[in-house]
Amino acid sequence: MSGAARDVPAGALATARAVRSGEVRAHQVSEAALARIAEFEGGLHCFNTVTADAALAAADAVDAAVAAGRDPGPLAGVPIALKDNLCTRGVATTAGSRILEGWLPPYDATVVRSVVAAGAVVVGKTNLDEFAMGSSTENSAFGPTRNPWDPGRVPGGSSGGSAAAVAAGLVPLALGSDTGGSVRQPASLCGVVGMKPTYGLVSRYGLIAFASSLDQIGPFAATVADAAALLDVIAGHDPADSTSLAVGFEPVSPRLDDGVAGMRVGVISDFLADASPSCVAAVRGAADVLGRAGAVVEEVAIPALMLGLSAYYLVAPAEASSNLARYDGVRYGLRVDGPDVTQMNGRTRSAGFGPEVKRRIMLGTYVLSAGYYDAYYGQAQRVRTLVARGFGDAYERFDVLVGPTSPTVAFEIGAKATDPLAMYLSDLYTIPTNLAGHPAVSVPFSLSEGLPVGVQVLAPALGEGAMFRAATVVERGADPQARGPIEPRAAKVAR
Amino acid sequence: MPAVTESFSRDDVVYVARLARLDLEPGEVDLYAAQLASILDHVAAVTGLDTTDVPPTAHPLELENVLRPDTPGMTLDRDEVLAQAPLAESGRFRVPPILGEAP
Amino acid sequence: MTADSSPGAGWEIVVGLEVHCELSTATKLFCSCPNAFGAEPNTNVCPVCLGLPGSLPVLNARAVEFAIAIGSALGSSVEASVFHRKNYFYPDMPKDYQISQYDAPINVGGRVELADGSVVGIVRAHIEEDTGKTTHVGGGGRIHDADYSLVDYNRAGVPLVEIVSEPDIRSAEQARSYVNELRAILVATGASDGRMEEGSLRVDANISVRRAGDAEYGTRCEVKNLNSLRSLGRAVDYEAARQIAVLESGGRVVQETRHWNEDEGLTSPLRSKEEAYDYRYFTEPDLVPLAPPAAEIAAVAAGLGPLPAARRHRVADLVAADGSPAPVDQLTTVVGLGLDDLVRGAADHGADPRLALARAANEAANRPDDARALSPVAFAALVKLESAGKLSATQSKTVLAAMLEGGGEPAEIAARLGFETLGDAATEAAIDAVLAAHPVEWARYEQGDAKIAQFLLGEVMRATRGRANGKAVAASLEARRRN
Repeated sequence: MSGAARDVPAGALATARAVRSGEVRAHQVSEAALARIAEFEGGLHCFNTVTADAALAAADAVDAAVAAGRDPGPLAGVPIALKDNLCTRGVATTAGSRILEGWLPPYDATVVRSVVAAGAVVVGKTNLDEFAMGSSTENSAFGPTRNPWDPGRVPGGSSGGSAAAVAAGLVPLALGSDTGGSVRQPASLCGVVGMKPTYGLVSRYGLIAFASSLDQIGPFAATVADAAALLDVIAGHDPADSTSLAVGFEPVSPRLDDGVAGMRVGVISDFLADASPSCVAAVRGAADVLGRAGAVVEEVAIPALMLGLSAYYLVAPAEASSNLARYDGVRYGLRVDGPDVTQMNGRTRSAGFGPEVKRRIMLGTYVLSAGYYDAYYGQAQRVRTLVARGFGDAYERFDVLVGPTSPTVAFEIGAKATDPLAMYLSDLYTIPTNLAGHPAVSVPFSLSEGLPVGVQVLAPALGEGAMFRAATVVERGADPQARGPIEPRAAKVAR
Repeated sequence: MPAVTESFSRDDVVYVARLARLDLEPGEVDLYAAQLASILDHVAAVTGLDTTDVPPTAHPLELENVLRPDTPGMTLDRDEVLAQAPLAESGRFRVPPILGEAP
Repeated sequence: MTADSSPGAGWEIVVGLEVHCELSTATKLFCSCPNAFGAEPNTNVCPVCLGLPGSLPVLNARAVEFAIAIGSALGSSVEASVFHRKNYFYPDMPKDYQISQYDAPINVGGRVELADGSVVGIVRAHIEEDTGKTTHVGGGGRIHDADYSLVDYNRAGVPLVEIVSEPDIRSAEQARSYVNELRAILVATGASDGRMEEGSLRVDANISVRRAGDAEYGTRCEVKNLNSLRSLGRAVDYEAARQIAVLESGGRVVQETRHWNEDEGLTSPLRSKEEAYDYRYFTEPDLVPLAPPAAEIAAVAAGLGPLPAARRHRVADLVAADGSPAPVDQLTTVVGLGLDDLVRGAADHGADPRLALARAANEAANRPDDARALSPVAFAALVKLESAGKLSATQSKTVLAAMLEGGGEPAEIAARLGFETLGDAATEAAIDAVLAAHPVEWARYEQGDAKIAQFLLGEVMRATRGRANGKAVAASLEARRRN
């Protein structure tokens, strides 16, 4: 770590403890984070917007609360980065798209209010694939984000900026969104913890929608404990979100160390078939760790899960095609003028959307169109039920499942950009959990030729408790070199 | 259910682009048609699956009857809203001529 | 082309109506913005009804109650339902999709009984959100010649119930009667104020024609821009005549949407519906299904007062007890103005229902607010005075007007106005004087000219300034003739 950060404790929980006790001032913590961002951001492009002044002001407010004896919140003074598809009032929110360039939301997303109320300090908005559509952050209209482990490689996507910011030690916490793996996959490629909650556990109000029945906001952190702490802050019922679960949520943090004795763990054999050898080895390694800690580990085949990719690439674009219709140049964002409103719409959307977004809008429009609805969209919704049933049967026999997060380690920037299908395959192992609405987490486990490999732990709906307990054990048995935060690496070879 | 075998044709691209208000250059139409056909071929495998008696999942949750009371709440400040408008006039959003009625 | 109220011989008009009704909730359908008319543009907006990125809808409980009330009032089956997105681009649509209900609406089936006893079936009534409002600048304010348009989203998200009728309507008059009845039902449920001219009730008509006796329906056209009952009636007649002319000249009716032009009194094509717009309906993922518990549906239904048809029946039954039916127009007036309780209350206190109905419909209806405040006991007393011959019809109307104006008891008012009916002696004397003045007319009456009796009676009433009892005069004239 650079000299300026040496007095600042690493990690969110340690930072919050130190700020709450008065041992460290939130102002100093934020200063250090902003300094680190200033040093490394040029080479990484994690952020679309850095809110330095606002961050310092917020940090000062935390310090004032501590000084006045008021409770500053469980994440007091912890710098946090927010994916740029989370609405922040008065702060640019682009969704990685030209069509929202310069747009200032007049309201905050519910999760933003939650983290601020918990005392966290928002330092900026992170880069993403445009409208969260992608697995590499190369689809951002503002340029790609680079993987801190190798700047010639992608950080994953779509929440690449958030994952990289945590991996590079710029911030201890970040929020991303996960529709088909967009938190877990970049977490795996960047050697950090990234988690998708049960659908409905975290409010979507203020999350710029991609696919409404699949989207969930999820935490990034360097450790399982920090990620759990952030989840505990953002989880809970929100009356502004009709799909928000009203059941009482039990915080997961207090029981992280309860262990896995007797826990039934299923290794998803279908996922091992096409993953790279290092990813397979990581899964087997994690399974061993769990077994040695007292879990009962077995392989399980869930063939229905392999239908997930196809169903996803029918359902998600369909919902997206409708969710993105509102970007029409009328009320906000980009407008390219035209002689009539229809032409204005067409020119605006053509100029404002990138190719991947256009592909998905067209695909989605097609599968919903008259004559094709039943065969494609209707069928995909039924396949979704098959996936959920596959999981359901497995969860009769197992408490959690494990598998690879991503089929590969981080690939080179540009390697898959011209082949949409190849890019889609990155999400093969993460998509099924979105279709079923279940939680899952990626935990950094090992290195393959210097690049991090994450292992995925999956659980049934509202199974975050067991999931996090298993993740804690996996983390304990993982290679400590395989996780962030790291000093961002220089380019390996001149290209 | 028999598998759907039509692919994504050029005409399909033109049709959906119009529905979705995306202006495409002629060259783009062919490029997207090829890409979309390839994607559709891959995902179309689901169309041939037997899903008799399998109900669709519209929501992962089993929620119903989520309602709110009929009580007025906060509205936005009009100036803040119109400040973000590409073009505004007399407190309203201004748009180029609308040529027809709503469909 | 004549705007005839009946189609040419051998033709039948077939009309189905779609009525959009704004609900009288305090807030919008999916957000807490006020549901208020006339606010400054874009001041009743929020992230949800503006469709800002990241916003989400949450359903208004009161709107659901109103929808259930409407369904109950229409005799629909109130069912579990879901919401759908109807996708299309238009500047008054903040999300460029409308949240509506497609194949699983909340209310299925139903019927509306009109004043004349005919019945129009209801297909469905569902919940949906309203759009914003556009105004067109330049070109005289019409859409086609405008230089640009301005959009106000205050109305975007206001709750609507769309009521779709079966194609059971067979004339312009019946169409107007249907809308009137529907409006009365909606107002009775409290769900809407039903003001067509203010836009809280909007009507689109689907109109076709067929040869009388044909089982198949003809091709229909949808007609929009019907801003009043009068426009509705005129448009039905015009469009039916237009289609008949097309078919009679060997042509084919093109299925299309047409716009009613009130100034020129004609419909003109808007767009062809042969290529139906692809709305790509799919279940709204941001909302969950609606399944009102049976107990709630029952409670709403029980809370509905009697509906207009039932109220008409109650009065009609009282009146028809004397052997002939009650006049339909009087029933409609009295129920429409909320005076049926007055009539029934008077009947309870011994008044003749037929006369009470007539006085309520013809006279009291002129001052409906005062009439609604009138005591049924006092009204009964007045009617009884008239029935007993103590007041003439003319005198009764005068007393009633005085009661409406300043209250009071009918007997007192009659006495104050010097309105006792003439005694027998004075009446006979008046008759003597009239007959003496009109010997020719008297002679004709004696010889059997019954019609001249009206003239003589009128003269006696004039001479006595309405104080004579008309029936007694007529009886006396008749008796004199026989002698």
